[in-house]
Amino acid sequence: MGNYLLRRLIVAVPSLLGISLILFVLLALAPGDPFGELASNPNVPPEVREALRAKFGMNDPIMLRYLHWLVAMFQGDWGFSFASRVNVDSLILQRIPTTLYVVGTAQILALAVALPVGVLAARRPYSIFDQIANTFAFIGFSLPTFFTGLLLILIFSVNLGWLPFVYRADLSATGWQWWWESIKQAIMPVMVLGLYQAASYTRYVRSAVLDVIKLDYVTTARSKGLDERKVIIKHVVRNALIPVVTLVALQMPTVFGGAIVTEQIFRIPGIGSLLISAILANDTPVIMAVTFVFACLVVLFNLIADILYGWLDPRISFR
Amino acid sequence: MNERDLRHQIADVKAGRLSRREFVQRMIAVGLTAPMAGAMLAHSGIAVAAEAIPYKPTKAGGGGPLKLLLWQAPTLLNPHFAVGTKDQEACRLFYEPLAGWDKEGNLVPILAAEIPSPENGSLAADGLSVTWKLKQGVKWHDGKPFTADDVIFNWEYANNPETSAVSIGSYKNVKQIEKIDDYTVKLIFPQPTPFWADAFVASYGPIIPKHLFADYIGAKSREAPANLKPVGTGPYVFVDFKPGDTVAGKRNPDYHVPTQPYFDTVEIKGGGDAVSAARAVLQTGEYDYAYNLQVEDEILTKLEAGGQGKTELTLTGNIEYIGLNVTDPNVEVDGEKASLKTKHPLFSDPEVRKAINLLIDRTSVQKFIYGRAGVATPNFLNNPERFRSKNNTFEFSIEKANQILDAAGWKKGSSGVREKDGKPLKFVFQTSINGPRQKNQAIIKQAFQKAGIEVELKSVVASVFFSSDVANPDTYSHFYCDMQMYQTTMPQADPQFFMNQFVSTEAATKENKWQGRNICRWQNKEYDETYKLAQSELDPVKRAAHFIKLNDLVVRDNYVLPEINRLNAIGVKNGMSLYKSGWDNDLAFIASWYRAS
Repeated sequence: MGNYLLRRLIVAVPSLLGISLILFVLLALAPGDPFGELASNPNVPPEVREALRAKFGMNDPIMLRYLHWLVAMFQGDWGFSFASRVNVDSLILQRIPTTLYVVGTAQILALAVALPVGVLAARRPYSIFDQIANTFAFIGFSLPTFFTGLLLILIFSVNLGWLPFVYRADLSATGWQWWWESIKQAIMPVMVLGLYQAASYTRYVRSAVLDVIKLDYVTTARSKGLDERKVIIKHVVRNALIPVVTLVALQMPTVFGGAIVTEQIFRIPGIGSLLISAILANDTPVIMAVTFVFACLVVLFNLIADILYGWLDPRISFR
Repeated sequence: MNERDLRHQIADVKAGRLSRREFVQRMIAVGLTAPMAGAMLAHSGIAVAAEAIPYKPTKAGGGGPLKLLLWQAPTLLNPHFAVGTKDQEACRLFYEPLAGWDKEGNLVPILAAEIPSPENGSLAADGLSVTWKLKQGVKWHDGKPFTADDVIFNWEYANNPETSAVSIGSYKNVKQIEKIDDYTVKLIFPQPTPFWADAFVASYGPIIPKHLFADYIGAKSREAPANLKPVGTGPYVFVDFKPGDTVAGKRNPDYHVPTQPYFDTVEIKGGGDAVSAARAVLQTGEYDYAYNLQVEDEILTKLEAGGQGKTELTLTGNIEYIGLNVTDPNVEVDGEKASLKTKHPLFSDPEVRKAINLLIDRTSVQKFIYGRAGVATPNFLNNPERFRSKNNTFEFSIEKANQILDAAGWKKGSSGVREKDGKPLKFVFQTSINGPRQKNQAIIKQAFQKAGIEVELKSVVASVFFSSDVANPDTYSHFYCDMQMYQTTMPQADPQFFMNQFVSTEAATKENKWQGRNICRWQNKEYDETYKLAQSELDPVKRAAHFIKLNDLVVRDNYVLPEINRLNAIGVKNGMSLYKSGWDNDLAFIASWYRAS
């Protein structure tokens, strides 16, 4: 096990290096310029723009810039944003709580909906409940979040006036009022993200349970006269969840990475909106940091998924 | 309109035959700005006290929270680094300049005790210096007094190239600042400077405190803690800032105008898009104000039906125009496309340009695309609708265009496309990707087809089109295309910087890495000479006449075809009284905003 972990971690290093190199080169070659806005402003002399480019090291060759970035990254210096001249790590830290709150809650909601619905649907395949669940799951993941987001805004903010559609990270209220307002403003984004995710989880859970429920050992358990609940929870679900756990583990990086579209619609100051505004402003250090952290998380959670897999299914051994 | 006409009109104002407002409108119609018109009147002895900014509350505070929505989020709070208007606006909550521009183009003192003028002796007759008297008793938010040293420091700070301040353009023209006493400074210019109200005024003018920034001048400028925690003299005291998201402030109890500000707290929320920002003010009333609503008028009208707020429009100098390439983008000379050594094969025929100008249906573009937020115009920097310049008019006539082209020998071929000497009248027309612009392209293409001109439409992603990337041939400044359309903005109240975009030496070429501002590469000797005269002319009336001539020279050569003068639309919640000028930032006078209950 220890050996296996070590080997996986060592393998992760070159893949992360490769990812960072590809990201960096792609960003450097992509069209656009962080000082584009200055270009159309007659009050800013071109020399200033040139000086800024030189100061931020944008005129160096790509490989040299990459090396600078890599060395600094290893020393814990993530660079600073061209747009706000603030250190990238503090920008990211500022936004992590909001993203964890909104996207994390959405994931929990998704699991809370998908697990019972998926299991119940699989227990009686092609029953009316299964048909309904399937239809909703199908609709759920066919509708893009930008559409459901706007739909909810139209219904709950514009027509009914119940919920705000601008998310505020620093609410002025205190005490219970604060809690109430934070919950109220998160309802719509959490619903949009959670239900979308729930739809696809439901289908996975259903098919995983269906695979297991017909196996001989389940029939054996039933014929032993075990309580149906016990059969489902102890014998079926436990085994059926192995692929689902992997799936959920691989979804975890997005909890940190944020949801770009939904964050934009509801103006949630999370990682996703940081990434998109950095991309629009050609703010390379921020884009690099966010995408690289995301890549690290994907590698990490892949490893965690593999380890969980072995733990849940003793037939798999680490070699 | 020449110098004599101008003097006549000024005399009319003096005699009361022409209202001041009307005069300003007329000046705007011939391509000047309101501040220039104001300067002319002041110079001619028509001293007008700046219009009082409406403010009803009798004491400061008690207004509750003020919620502002900027769909582009502020990313920094140092006015010397403020790249876009989003950052400048946010800075104005905390920092203030010596003076700002009001609606009519008059200077309004903010941190200054009075506006310099020849009458009070603070404006040198030779144009080489100006003396500012500072308001006394103003305190920084941390209690330290605001003095002349702070003003001088800001000039040193911005002027140091190592600081890399974007405000350097406004300060590099000041040679020296003398401290007369603690509350008086004298700015000395290297040459006669007609536009002296640049440094320390309006958007690039806000003053930062010396005692907090003195250690961070030059290369260390990024490290100043106060970059993120501003300490200013403004109506609101800093509370919190999350770059790219929110800015929060609370009322400054020691504000130097004792009855202001009205609101107890202020919050700027950023991010999202313009349409939903409009919705949050006009339809649901969640916010009090939304800036720069670049949204189709049709949508704004629909949202206004929500009854929570309305759209307010302000005149600006921003112009959507079509440029014809003077050089040939399809021929390479010395490794450079669209070199100054070439001539465009089609547009070098003035009759073709004249016909193209007749084929732009400005009225329809205004009516069907921009609505209230745009005014069709033949001039490069104005708003003609009521006061259309006598000099320039526009017309849409396919018939006339056909006649002109026929007469010039461009005959229709078998395919219906005109040609002459084997050159078909066929070219490429590019712009940035943006809903209204693609509709605009379609309207133009339709008219061109009817006149036997074939045009291929091209649209480039805005972030590429407007970038200064030297290696990318699709940027607007490379202009490797025959015809292009975009908006050029006028961030300053004086047209001097604005009009340098047609000076010959500004032509965007490989040599200056396409950083020159003359994008069409239009060169004209008379223009260059007139521009030089305007640069150093001290008499505002003569100077204005020069600028009018500059405008006419460009427009009449038909390489640069102005189309729509775009207005600035903002969303305002019902009951809010907010004073806003088109010649300064939206939040320039935020201290005077209030809610009439």
